[in-house]
Amino acid sequence: MDLSLSTRSVGDRTVVEVGGEIDVYTAPKLREQLVELVNEGHYHLIVDMEGVDFLDSTGLGVLVGGLKRVRAHEGSLRLVCNQERILKIFRITGLTKVFPIHGSVDEAVAAND
Amino acid sequence: MATVELRFSALPAHVRTARLVAAAVARQAGVDESVLDEVRLAVGEACSRAVGLHVRSGVSHPVRVKLTQQEKRFLIEVGDGVPTPVTSHADSSAAEALSLAAGANGGRGGEQADDTMGLAVISGLVDDLVIGHDDDGGLIRMSWPIADPADDEL
Repeated sequence: MDLSLSTRSVGDRTVVEVGGEIDVYTAPKLREQLVELVNEGHYHLIVDMEGVDFLDSTGLGVLVGGLKRVRAHEGSLRLVCNQERILKIFRITGLTKVFPIHGSVDEAVAAND
Repeated sequence: MATVELRFSALPAHVRTARLVAAAVARQAGVDESVLDEVRLAVGEACSRAVGLHVRSGVSHPVRVKLTQQEKRFLIEVGDGVPTPVTSHADSSAAEALSLAAGANGGRGGEQADDTMGLAVISGLVDDLVIGHDDDGGLIRMSWPIADPADDEL
């Protein structure tokens, strides 16, 4: 399965809905999307990963890169994920301490730093 | 001792194929369903890393994946064709990866971070892991237990 990406605005947040597999082949597409959003001035991003079937370290690297970019503009990058197999990768790498991870887009939109 | 071997050109698109093959063979060998996700992820990480090494080193050899069904273990070996011995990254941490990523303004920092994070993921996932090398280059050996067929017959 390839990667699907769509974006929408919710208040002052931009939600990036990701579906499919994020791996060494598809991660560059996600990176391009995040870079483009930041370049367009979207600094408060929510990456909705509920439709993600597979995530590897390349994908994690892209998310870390996205976080770095939005933080340079005092922005935020929040994740939405309930899938245990995806959450496990964040736990193994210690990235649960780096990314705010929420159970729903509504929760992520309502969250404040 | 049944084996399946896969060799693929160092292209990111083929990593998914390697994941699917490894998971399918592992399932057939009797690896528990609950750890197939781990097998898939670990093989993907090892293959992604090998592809990255091949590309950065200009190595044209294919990446090697060998899947071996032993009596009680399912063994996966992922070999790259880069002759430099690989140092152990068993203690690699995401913090190290993050620091590399933070310092990456272009250049190779991001790739090193991906590499380190990939090894951190493999180390976290796989209990039986050896990161070493053979005559051809780096070699990652990982294994998982196979459910005893006798249990199914009871």
